[in-house]
Amino acid sequence: MKNILFIIEKEFKQIFRNKAMLPIIFVMPIIQLFLLSNAATFDIRNLKIGINDNDKSTLSKELFRKIASSNYFVLTSIPKSISEAETELDIGKIDIYLEIPPNFEKNIINKNIDNDNTIYMLFNAIDGTKAGLGNFYLQSIIGDFSGSIIKYNKSIYFSPEEMIVFKNIGITYSNWYNPELNYNNFMLPGILVLLVTMIGTFLSAMNIVREKEIGTIDQINVTPIKKYEFIIGKLMPLLIIGTFELIFGMFIAVIIFKVPLVGNGLVILSFGIIYLIACLGLGFLISTTTDNQQQAMFISWFILVIFILLSGLFTPIESMPEWVKYITIFNPVKYFIEVVRLVMLKGSGFGDIGRHFLIISVFAISLNSLAVMRYKKTNI
Amino acid sequence: MKELSIKVSNLSKRFGNFVAVDNISFEVDKGEIFGFLGANGAGKSTAIKMLCGLLEPSSGNAEIAGFDIYKETEKIRKTIGYMSQKFSLYEDLTVAENIRFFGGIYGLNKNEIADRTKYILDWLKISNLRDVLVGSIPLGWKQKIAFAVSVIHNPKIVFLDEPTGGVDPITRRQFWEMIYLKSGEGITIFVTTHYMDEAEYCNRISMMNKGIIEALDTPENLKAKYSSVNMDEVFLKIARGK
Repeated sequence: MKNILFIIEKEFKQIFRNKAMLPIIFVMPIIQLFLLSNAATFDIRNLKIGINDNDKSTLSKELFRKIASSNYFVLTSIPKSISEAETELDIGKIDIYLEIPPNFEKNIINKNIDNDNTIYMLFNAIDGTKAGLGNFYLQSIIGDFSGSIIKYNKSIYFSPEEMIVFKNIGITYSNWYNPELNYNNFMLPGILVLLVTMIGTFLSAMNIVREKEIGTIDQINVTPIKKYEFIIGKLMPLLIIGTFELIFGMFIAVIIFKVPLVGNGLVILSFGIIYLIACLGLGFLISTTTDNQQQAMFISWFILVIFILLSGLFTPIESMPEWVKYITIFNPVKYFIEVVRLVMLKGSGFGDIGRHFLIISVFAISLNSLAVMRYKKTNI
Repeated sequence: MKELSIKVSNLSKRFGNFVAVDNISFEVDKGEIFGFLGANGAGKSTAIKMLCGLLEPSSGNAEIAGFDIYKETEKIRKTIGYMSQKFSLYEDLTVAENIRFFGGIYGLNKNEIADRTKYILDWLKISNLRDVLVGSIPLGWKQKIAFAVSVIHNPKIVFLDEPTGGVDPITRRQFWEMIYLKSGEGITIFVTTHYMDEAEYCNRISMMNKGIIEALDTPENLKAKYSSVNMDEVFLKIARGK
């Protein structure tokens, strides 16, 4: 066991002597958290909208004003008909077309529930997210609008029964756990996970392959050191650095980016440590199957890109095809993203995420056992 | 009866259809300096890797210090030292840190490491290089330090795979003085080299060609047998198929 200490000592010396390492450890998390959280936002603004008001009444103008003055939309056109709007949609002058029907105000004031009083909307759905969010924003504004008619427009009296009908026009919604729909709150915990994943996997894959490349691995393999001693000695410093990175990243997220930490940070930390062991095991496994840093880098990237895309960070796993959902079962990144979001935003504790702990432990144990089995002091 | 250090019988290594080492057999006595010669690609490194437990043989047997190379690899690892043609110290660690690391993983304790560090620094007269990064030390010095580190745990046998490649003649001579010193202490030296003047320093020499051992004897006997004035000629005659 004493041998392990000598390896840990040597690893730390080498890591901190490497001029590229310190910036990676300290600057990478800040840049990633800052850049990605701002760039990878789903919060879409300045959608180009064209509004055709066929009513030109007080109420319709009020709705017109509400939409046009919202900072989600920019009024770029006032098409006179749907065919005109379609042309504009084609040439990209507008993303969304909204049409207010004639007699819009009259139908409301006369409470003509039976008359068709539908507001018509047309979306450019090439970018599905953009269209979906535009729809969502418009629905919210219209819902808000119909609510305000009931509340403030004293000239129209609504009986309680009528109010129920009117409420059905609008949409009632509330966003739990992230009430302001703040995308920083949603993205940052996930990006924190990416950071830890990359640090863990790349560092361990590169570190061991590097010894192969230089040839010092032979010098280690002729010594009586045990395989597990070598591996623990190699991975321990990386585990310490990765854990530090996680704590550091969490501090930045909570203190600088004001992401709420509803749950207990220690839950994330303890999960993160097991998760890191899994990542280190993955990197180590990659290093046993490759001969140089180039190969190790390519394979690590290949695996991580798949893991990240199927992690639920950018696209919800619920909306993936069934067969892809099965693949995500084997994606450790997915579990950590769920845990970080659950703990930070929802306040889940150990009891709520016991299943996640179990699964990630299985990952950690199996990846490392596989790596130890594959690592051979005597080559064939 | 002489005490045997290495006993190899019918050892072979095949990579697919390519036979790198073809059924070689030889014995090395305790304390002997055994030269393992051959052209590039003759199979020297493959053979040495099998003896050190870095590579599994395809067939045949070998005993290192009485231990079987299949079943007692861990015991062998405690008994041998190894220095490869690829540079074997960590360039981003200092001389003292390298000594400390390798001493540590060979299981030396704190006092032993301190003793060995002082011994090596005095032996090579490099106390001034103690805290210098190995990467900034000239090659010849690095190789001498690497040799000293490879015997840090007082092994019974040390395997040197082209230890003096690219080193100037003066440093090579100093290197061989170090080898003689350790040989005198009873350590068996198993060394591969391309320098024929170095071959003359060995007690016995084996000449390898295309995976087989073509000749094995003392330098004097080999010169007589191949009616050559020096080892260069012997080497050329064997490598070109007489």
